[in-house]
Amino acid sequence: MAEPVTGLPSQVYTRSLACVHCGLCLSACPTYRVTGRETSSPRGRIYLMRGVAEGRIELGELLAEEAYLCLGCRACETACPSGVEFGAMLEETRAAVDEAGLRGGLQPRLERMILRQVVPHRRRLRLLIGLLALAQRTRIDRVASLLLPRSLRALLPEIPARADRRQPPERIPAEGEQRGRVAFLTGCVMPEIFGSVNAATLRVLSRNGFEVVVPRDQTCCGALQAHAGDLDFARGLARRNAAVFEAAGVDAIVVNSAGCGAAMRSAEHWIPGEGASYAGKVRDVCELLDEVGLRPLTHSIQGRLCYDDPCHLIHGQGVSAAPRRLLEQIDGIELVPHADASSCCGAAGTYNLTHREMSQQVLERKMDALAAADPDLIATGNPGCLMQLRAGVRLRGMRARVVHPVELLDQAYQNPHG
Amino acid sequence: MPSLVERLRSIVGDEACLARAEELFVYECDGLTLDPVRPSAVVLPRDTEQVASVVRACREFGQPFVPRGAGTGLSGGAHPTPGAVIVECSRMDRILEVDAGNRIARVQPGVVNADLSVAVATHGLFYAPDPSSQMACTIGGNVAENAGGPHTLKYGTTTNHVLALELVLPDGAVSRLGSATGFAPGYDLVGAVVGSEGTLGIVTEVTVRLTPIPEGVETLLGIFPDVVSACRAVGRVIRSGLVPAALEILDQRTIRAVEDSVYAAGLPRDAGAVLVAELDGAACALPAQVEKVRAIIGEEGASEVRVARDEQERALFWKARKGAFGAMGRLAPDLYVHDAVVPRAVLPEILATVCEIGDRHGVTLSNVFHAGDGNLHPNISFDRRDPDELRRVIAAGTEILEACVRVGGVITGEHGIGTEKRDFIGLVFNEADLDAMKRVRDAFNPDGVCNPGKIFPTTRFCVESNPKARGYDRVPLA
Repeated sequence: MAEPVTGLPSQVYTRSLACVHCGLCLSACPTYRVTGRETSSPRGRIYLMRGVAEGRIELGELLAEEAYLCLGCRACETACPSGVEFGAMLEETRAAVDEAGLRGGLQPRLERMILRQVVPHRRRLRLLIGLLALAQRTRIDRVASLLLPRSLRALLPEIPARADRRQPPERIPAEGEQRGRVAFLTGCVMPEIFGSVNAATLRVLSRNGFEVVVPRDQTCCGALQAHAGDLDFARGLARRNAAVFEAAGVDAIVVNSAGCGAAMRSAEHWIPGEGASYAGKVRDVCELLDEVGLRPLTHSIQGRLCYDDPCHLIHGQGVSAAPRRLLEQIDGIELVPHADASSCCGAAGTYNLTHREMSQQVLERKMDALAAADPDLIATGNPGCLMQLRAGVRLRGMRARVVHPVELLDQAYQNPHG
Repeated sequence: MPSLVERLRSIVGDEACLARAEELFVYECDGLTLDPVRPSAVVLPRDTEQVASVVRACREFGQPFVPRGAGTGLSGGAHPTPGAVIVECSRMDRILEVDAGNRIARVQPGVVNADLSVAVATHGLFYAPDPSSQMACTIGGNVAENAGGPHTLKYGTTTNHVLALELVLPDGAVSRLGSATGFAPGYDLVGAVVGSEGTLGIVTEVTVRLTPIPEGVETLLGIFPDVVSACRAVGRVIRSGLVPAALEILDQRTIRAVEDSVYAAGLPRDAGAVLVAELDGAACALPAQVEKVRAIIGEEGASEVRVARDEQERALFWKARKGAFGAMGRLAPDLYVHDAVVPRAVLPEILATVCEIGDRHGVTLSNVFHAGDGNLHPNISFDRRDPDELRRVIAAGTEILEACVRVGGVITGEHGIGTEKRDFIGLVFNEADLDAMKRVRDAFNPDGVCNPGKIFPTTRFCVESNPKARGYDRVPLA
């Protein structure tokens, strides 16, 4: 059957045909829950895409807005019985919207420039973060940040000391009997702002019998670029990483950032054929540890813990039970369920900067659920979510410490705080 | 003089009134994608006062209006007529009051069905009607369509659970019907409004009955070689005097579609049919009932009977059942969900007939249905871009409805008539019957501005055989 396509890539049209308009995705969608608008729901957005592809409406203002109002959390994919690949459709549509020049203004250009010229270049990113750190040490940032709205100020992370931003060694040997050889994706933001999470990840992997290699010439995973409509650039990054990690000759590629993991798994459709083997080796660190079984933990941690699912782990990679099973093994931890664990926190990459108001509304709902559960600790495995939930905790004046699950495991092996 | 859209904006605010062409395009249909029609505006009111003002403004401008919930209805009940204003109730989503002692809740119409049960679970209560779309559909939409669900077999449909309503009448007046006590003097107008498909006014508040969560629940899966033997088992279970909470059947095509989806529950892909039987009530009474059902299912030819081990597995079975409609999207781009009810005794024969009709027209037909109620859902998967296939789909659907009526059945159990079946209502009711119903509508909605074009036949000729008349002429074809 001929496939009419106007203004959108043909695969968007093909993917849209899987939707039978049942609506089961509606209540899973954060932007639909906030707005109540069919236009801001997955079903409505798919209908727009199909409408454009069939030439019934034009690729115009509304689809351009909606393509970017969507958080890209992919909760709709988990709800969809028909298997609509919404995440892929969204990336392809965003790219088409940008190509058609429907996202004017300075902001998208600035965003693209940073995502192309700074984020994938370790040294440039380090320089920028270094400047931010200097501003924080000299307290200049306090003056500057007074100009920012409160919600944005709360989001600014504390830049760790230089020692915590050191590059990890290229090879970390396995402790005890070796159970495998894996490569580790350091990420772009992770080493700069969450260097301690990376260090904890490497220690826990080694402790569990994995030899870890950290290829020096690896680059950014491409997630932020793809989400910002720059799919071509993201494909280039994926190609390079596929080659680098392939050359490492490992059993698995371990990732501790859910957004990166989901993007690397998408390489299968970003670069069909060549991306399949690379994508197939990607494992979230919790997923891998759960699969092989955690070696006995040695220390206890006391407290009520809420685990919050990063969207790109639960919806993007289908991993939700593994981190919970790991955390439950820590002596003294009481895993407390909360009402909104599997929905987006509103971070969504750079979304909390580009769509601040919606991001705040989405976060509010999440924080209501967390506050009701009254935890001492909140664990989530993605840098954006860590920053967003820390901001939420700060704004609410909650006592909870927000950590990566691997940090707790590391603590339960070493107990540096005890 | 300001335009209607300007007036609407002044009532609900700029952001809550959608009028751009692409926005209106998205609202051209609900869960039924046949016969799309674009509205002239969509408003999203927050309270009764805004709804009443919107209604009065529409009336002033002579524009019809159409209430809408989540748009999951399958009979086109929320389809606009040309120029109509859609009153989207999704933002009226507050639970206003839960009175656990009296087992009632007062809610706005946009509350999502499943959310209500979650909200009252801490009181040991739930809201019993559970349509398969309950994760998304709203209480207001349920009231309009008198929605059912798998557990209708024991607990009844929406009408058995609505005690009182607040309704904005088509002239803009606000009226309260029924009583939270469940005993209202005078006419049973709540009964008239439930199932009226939005033609008597816009429901702005619903007082519902809540039901205690049963002490025990057991869910069985009977694996059958074919649908007909599963139907025979259903008849036997009903005749045995048991009152199961639910008796549902999924045929092989449905099982495979669901097992390919995120709702896979480990159902055997090579089974001809699966019967889901649920029993609930006092825990001490259940083991004997389970044994009785197990024996009947075995005697009727089930190769295997599984009992859900725990709540988690039970939830998995139900997710599979309730995700079945959407899972059909795996078979073809479009789905026509039929809805007919037959006397339970003829289930085995009618299922054979339905399958024969599907085969004869060469359409992809699957069955997933509320067997205990005799409520069939023959689902036809198709591609609307193929006019010949569409013609066959509509012809097969028509024959199925006629066959169900011939054996003493009716043309809808829980989806409503809407626009989809308005030209078939004559199969069930004659002119005089329809006239009595029309007089009720006219008493509330004399000039027909509130949700026009629903329930009653609008033409004297059958448009069903002409795909162009059903709105496909605008879709590019091969």
